[in-house]
Amino acid sequence: MNVVTSASTGTAVFRARALRKVYRMGEVDVVALDDVDVDLYEGEFAVLLGPSGSGKSTLVNILGGLDVPSSGTVWFRGRELTAADEDELTRFRREHVGFVFQFYNLIPSLSARENVEMVTEIAADPMPADEALELVELGDRVDHFPAQLSGGEQQRVAIARAVAKQPDVLLCDEPTGALDLETGRLVLRALEQVNRELGTTTAVITHNVSIADMAHRVILMGSGRIENVRENAERARPEDLHW
Amino acid sequence: MSPLDRKVLRDLWMMKSQMAAVAAVVAVGVASFVSLWSMYEYLKTSRDAYYREYRFGEVFAAVKSAPDRVEDEIRRITGVAAVQTRVVHDVVLDVPGLREPATGRLISISADGSRRLNAVHVRRGRLPRAGTRDEALASEGFVEANGLGVGDTLSAVINGRWQDVRITGVGISPEYVYEFRGGQVLPDRRRFGILWMDRRVLAAAFDMEGAFNDVSLTLAPVATAGRVVDALDRVLEDHGGLGAYGRPDQLSHRFLSDEIATNRVTATIVPVIFLGVAAFLVHMVLARLVGNQRTQVGILKAFGYSHGAIGRHYLKLAAVPVMAGGVLGTAFGMWLAVQLAGVYADVYRFPRVTYDPGWGVALTAVAITAAAAVVGALGAARRAAALPPAEAMRPESPESYRPAVVERLGLGRFLGVVPRMVVRNLERRPGKAALTVIGIALATGVGVVGRFTFDAVDRIRDLQFQVAERADVTVTFAEPRGRPALRSLEHMPGVLRSEPFRTIPARLRAGHRDHRTGLVGLPPDGSLRRIVDGDGSIRRLPPGGVLLSTALAERLQARVGDEITAEVLTGERPRLRLEVHGVVDEVVGANAYLPIEGLRRELQEGEVLSGARLAVDPARMDALYARLKQSRGVAGISVREATLDTFEETFARVFAIATTVLVLFATVIAFGIVYNGARVTLSERARELASLRVLGYSRGEVSRILLGEQAVLTVTGIPAGLALGYMLCWVLRAAYQAELFRLPLVVSRQTYVLAAGVVAASALVSAAVVHRKVRGMDLVEALKSRE
Ligand SMILES: Nc1ncnc2c1ncn2[C@@H]1O[C@H](COP(=O)(O)OP(=O)(O)OP(=O)(O)O)[C@@H](O)[C@H]1O
Ligand SMILES: [Mg+2]
Repeated sequence: MNVVTSASTGTAVFRARALRKVYRMGEVDVVALDDVDVDLYEGEFAVLLGPSGSGKSTLVNILGGLDVPSSGTVWFRGRELTAADEDELTRFRREHVGFVFQFYNLIPSLSARENVEMVTEIAADPMPADEALELVELGDRVDHFPAQLSGGEQQRVAIARAVAKQPDVLLCDEPTGALDLETGRLVLRALEQVNRELGTTTAVITHNVSIADMAHRVILMGSGRIENVRENAERARPEDLHW
Repeated sequence: MSPLDRKVLRDLWMMKSQMAAVAAVVAVGVASFVSLWSMYEYLKTSRDAYYREYRFGEVFAAVKSAPDRVEDEIRRITGVAAVQTRVVHDVVLDVPGLREPATGRLISISADGSRRLNAVHVRRGRLPRAGTRDEALASEGFVEANGLGVGDTLSAVINGRWQDVRITGVGISPEYVYEFRGGQVLPDRRRFGILWMDRRVLAAAFDMEGAFNDVSLTLAPVATAGRVVDALDRVLEDHGGLGAYGRPDQLSHRFLSDEIATNRVTATIVPVIFLGVAAFLVHMVLARLVGNQRTQVGILKAFGYSHGAIGRHYLKLAAVPVMAGGVLGTAFGMWLAVQLAGVYADVYRFPRVTYDPGWGVALTAVAITAAAAVVGALGAARRAAALPPAEAMRPESPESYRPAVVERLGLGRFLGVVPRMVVRNLERRPGKAALTVIGIALATGVGVVGRFTFDAVDRIRDLQFQVAERADVTVTFAEPRGRPALRSLEHMPGVLRSEPFRTIPARLRAGHRDHRTGLVGLPPDGSLRRIVDGDGSIRRLPPGGVLLSTALAERLQARVGDEITAEVLTGERPRLRLEVHGVVDEVVGANAYLPIEGLRRELQEGEVLSGARLAVDPARMDALYARLKQSRGVAGISVREATLDTFEETFARVFAIATTVLVLFATVIAFGIVYNGARVTLSERARELASLRVLGYSRGEVSRILLGEQAVLTVTGIPAGLALGYMLCWVLRAAYQAELFRLPLVVSRQTYVLAAGVVAASALVSAAVVHRKVRGMDLVEALKSRE
């Protein structure tokens, strides 16, 4: 297997080795991840590309401690996540990871600000909820409920919620999947800004090849394996992306 | 306030009608427990306090006549603490406003106020003055039933002559909480009353100077009643003792104890059923509501909320309706208890109403439902939290992946789209379908249980007053009489038919068990008094043996074919050996029946009778009553209609109130369960239904799919619930161990119809609400997010 390394970037935040994830569906086994080795580096903006069903979500979920592999090992800054128990995983997520999902997964009974406060409440060193919402340009919608926001606005609330605790890593699963070009750019710009200004290691899953242009590194997946990794010599700005 | 707490409030508000239904069901469960148990406690503590403060005797005996010195002999019996001897005599009364003669029990009372046993509590007026021949303190039940008051005058046949007696006061006594006369199956307050009169006056009137014919005593702390009873029997034997007996056999006490025992059962089993059902509902609803939020649990976990924090969050959600219901139920239960205490105070006469709010009970009841809520909510939260967050955030997959049976059988094409969806949905979620069916069955079941006592009392009334006791008037003689007495009754005005009966006090023994009762001799082919089994069938008296009622057979642990001994307590005091020829499941009483001829043969007596039952021409009742008032030797009469009235006023009334309350409670529970089931199903399925709409299903079709499922589940649940209800009644009946009344296991068609109707109506109302919600469903909103 080709171990993914990088000359240009520094230390690995995540190190995953020989990851396998198998779903048992009655008689048949579905192999979602098949012997995957991957690293994510401090401060980088990585994009995961790949066809549907190739295992992108599965991989990111495991890195973020949302799921556990069938076998293999994941280290987060030298700590073995795969050896962690439920409580340790909870603490890991609470202290280090921010998530953004394709379906925004906001709590419908809470307003935008309250959705963000849900996270700032339990974080060690959060930014104020309103500030996080300002960051995604939603400062004037803080009191709206999810049902009163558009999809893009909901997604930006979700990003604000993810970054508000100033996480070490930001894991985003198709954050623009449900959005139009303009809104998608807005969301991506928010992500890029967080990555640049706060130095948050960011991994973004997408189907959208052009989004890969704004990454430091692009990881290409197919049928549960890492097929290719490349570095962008030059990064595009979100404003210049087209799809 | 933290955002999670705000979420609790918002979620509560969004589910307010369901939360209200949960709270109502909890309130009802708690209220039934609090009110019924408080009533039980009220009866028991009032009785115990009454007995203690008014020194109710513990052993009693009647005797023909014993000289006063025997009192000292009795006092010397080991184990005896205090002794009271009295003169007691039953006489015929002429009560103003009462057509028929009544029976008065004259009991001697000393006006000296010394601390005696069986003290009388004077409610109004005063005790009779010493030496006055025409003054009496009358019992309250009797006075009130006849609309009398202090200062009114009655006539009594004292010493063979009519004599006026003036009521100087009204009182009650622990001996006659129920004003009850031996030989009656039920109290008849109008026709039986107590008159407390001066001892010397009574002694003079009944030739009892320097003597007594009634004794009560209390026991020293360590004494056993059985020994003292035996010793007392030996002391009184030479003076014509009629058999001593302990408090458990004292009529009023036994009746009251039976009532209390019945209350205790009602107060435990019924609330346990209600609370259990409420707990089930709370558990189910909260489990499903939390289950619905499984995506949210996933997201909370993804952000690093711990299991504990998530658990606490849902606990708060569950606690609000449960606590609200608990507080409401406690308040309502206590209010109800106070109302019931008012009714009870009228039926059971106690000197003081000591109502003590059952805080402990309330806490227990709330704790039970709270526990159910905690288990329900936490269980679901834990199930959701146990999933890796990545999985929790995906919607729940169906429980079963197979195509529906109808489809596998190829029947699908015969069904329309909507029915096919209904069948498929039901099959895909067998667990949830089963839960709903159980809920509906429970709702139906509690309805049946709620009305069961009503049916049972109705049946008792039927069996006792229509089938068994058919005489219009029953005349009891003061002393057994010969055949001419029957003749003269037959010749009285209006008498159409007569049947003699012979009763004799006896102590029945089987092995080491014994019971003091009467042997009852009846004409085997009689039609005015028949022996009726629990199912309403008429039992013939077996020749040459004894027929025991189930209550007595159980007490003696005697079975058919066993031989029992009857120690007759009067006359020559013979010991009879009798074979048990049958056991009859009578609803009222603990009796031993023989054919009258057989009993006379055993007693070696001629055509002796203790009284007779009469069929009377209704038009000539008054003439008959007038004659009976004049006849000597009549100790009392009972009138079927009148007894029936008393039954309605006391026993049936208490039961009717309890039943009304229970039916009401059952209705609330049924509605709560059915309504919540429908609402939870709607919220679980909102997204799916919205998707169907997007695919092109009409609002009507979508609504029919959902309501079709609910209809199938309701139609399955109701019959199951009726069967379940019957089983619960069986449990309830088995738990009632009263001796004087055995609740028959009958559930009337009305009860079934009512229980099913309440559930069906609840289902219809819920369906209307659900239908309206489906029509008003905002597709865009439902599909916007994955929640
Ligand atoms: N809970 C599950 N049960 C069974 N199979 C699953 C489950 N979750 C994922 N899979 C399977 O694992 C494989 C990888 O899924 P994954 O969600 O990681 O794909 P993906 O690359 O994120 O696809 P997409 O771009 O469509 O989101 C797929 O074949 C999917 O069907
Ligand atoms: Mg995916």
